[in-house]
Amino acid sequence: MSSNNAILIKDLRHSFKKLEVLKGLNLTVEKGTILALLGPNGAGKTTTIRILSTLLRPDAGEVMVNGYNVVAHGQKVRESIGLTGQYAAVDEFLTGVENLEMMGRLYHLSSADAKRRAKELLQQFDLVEAGDRAVKTYSGGMRRRLDLAASLIATPPIIFLDEPTTGLDPRSRLAMWDIIEKLVEADVTILLTTQHLEEADRLADRVAVLDNGIIITEGTADQLKSQVGNERLEIVLKDGNTFTQALTLLNASGVLSDEKNRSVSIPTDGNVAEVRRVLDMVEKAGIHIETLSLHKPTLDDVFLHFTGHKAEEEKPEDNDAESKKGQKK
Amino acid sequence: MTELTYKTGAVQPLHRSSLYWMISDSLVFIGRSMKHIVKNRDQLLGLTIQPVMFMLLFRYVFGGAISTGGATYVNFLVAGILIQSVAFGSLTTSLSVATDLQRGIIDRIKSLPIASGGLLMGHVTADLARNIIQALVMIGVGLLVGFRPTASVVDWFEIAGLVMLFTFALSWMAAIMGLVAKTVESVQWLGFFVVFPITFASAAFVPTSTMPGWLRAFAENQPVTHVIEAIRALMLGTPVGDHAWISVIWCVGLIVIFVPIAGWMFRKHSGR
Repeated sequence: MSSNNAILIKDLRHSFKKLEVLKGLNLTVEKGTILALLGPNGAGKTTTIRILSTLLRPDAGEVMVNGYNVVAHGQKVRESIGLTGQYAAVDEFLTGVENLEMMGRLYHLSSADAKRRAKELLQQFDLVEAGDRAVKTYSGGMRRRLDLAASLIATPPIIFLDEPTTGLDPRSRLAMWDIIEKLVEADVTILLTTQHLEEADRLADRVAVLDNGIIITEGTADQLKSQVGNERLEIVLKDGNTFTQALTLLNASGVLSDEKNRSVSIPTDGNVAEVRRVLDMVEKAGIHIETLSLHKPTLDDVFLHFTGHKAEEEKPEDNDAESKKGQKK
Repeated sequence: MTELTYKTGAVQPLHRSSLYWMISDSLVFIGRSMKHIVKNRDQLLGLTIQPVMFMLLFRYVFGGAISTGGATYVNFLVAGILIQSVAFGSLTTSLSVATDLQRGIIDRIKSLPIASGGLLMGHVTADLARNIIQALVMIGVGLLVGFRPTASVVDWFEIAGLVMLFTFALSWMAAIMGLVAKTVESVQWLGFFVVFPITFASAAFVPTSTMPGWLRAFAENQPVTHVIEAIRALMLGTPVGDHAWISVIWCVGLIVIFVPIAGWMFRKHSGR
């Protein structure tokens, strides 16, 4: 493998009983970059992270983390990573400081280093005031920040973030993004999973789209967006007849339609002239538009574009992390 | 928020022998679980009050109606309540393990470069500490309501040793139950089905001689009864008979079986 890759996955397969979750996944993450694994629930994101962090043994394929094989050299892999799972895995009864120091000790830092890093991280993650309070008094956003801080305490070169903002309110999400963005500038390699194109766009250097156990497309967020459209203009038509007319008129590469909702969505670069041009065209053809909206492309748009189907939830993965999802919130 | 300065490898782990880390990691986990005792005061209070309530209820409600054929009922009762409270108390280990599973803490610990089984060790040790507190309070209240032990200092040491050995064995079983149950809710059910029968179908509250034959056969030969009979005899100065050594064999046997199973299940849990 190229020594420039922090993570390398070749033809990774994994099944839970008879359900095949990963069906030949290939992925590389270059050192010092951030890759977002984008996909709906059940696409295999969590399973991939669990294999990368040695919590799960792959059925087949080659998985290398920091140059070490996850099956043969699990210990070396664990020394190289920090894992922040989908749930803030922090101890409720301990304080923020105690949580961080405990993690530091478990990463075998000297007690002085553990204390110093805990203090640094509390400052950097805006948790100084809460540091001496029990975590059970923390908000969801604070817990997530503490959880991420715990992964960083021993300054590992590779960090896994499994849906770092799922379940957070918009403000906490922004705070989390700010922190992850700062990590982007550091020399750390991050693999994060997300269901939101916006999040992948904002945080990641590259985006890999995971659907039903394989990577269906990979590239920079800009490449992805240029294919799907920077802003999408969605028009909803009055009836089936006008829907067909509009679709015939507008059909071009990147145009998506939904017959049930009588909607047609057109990729645009978001400027007024272009939107006006499309609307004029429709109006001149005598087609009545019921409503229109302009929105950023979503995971659904990406999926419709690349797979022809929406990012529907596939069968839930038969593993504990997935089954716990419902219970937490 | 200050600037985030993150330098890969800025701090490095210490280099010590693996034995050193095994002990050090276990101590970290034991420290964590001990802090839970202090910080989860409601739980400790509940666990301490429960056996006291049981003792007062049995002593004053059923005590008059139950004939023990010798000792006064309160003297008979203390050993039973003591072991029952140990059995119920061990469910705390199940709860802690299930909580750690549910919250993703076990996954996170397993992603660290350590022997993660120390986490179970922490919970089991905390159980031991909680039970000592529980037992002291319970015996204290017992003394107030007429408990009159005749045990010598040596007897008390033997009692303490046996209670701790039994606690240790049951806590490992409870750890397994936590790993099986996986959720706090299931622990409560599982606990109900395991702990109630083994404590009530025993010599804890009534002499086994009044039970129907089949139940008596179970009650007289299960470990809880042996441990209770041994402790009761030591407390009251009656002949201990075979109960002590049978108890020790049971406890050691259970530990030898449960510890590897718990360790194996802990490792296997997510690696299926």
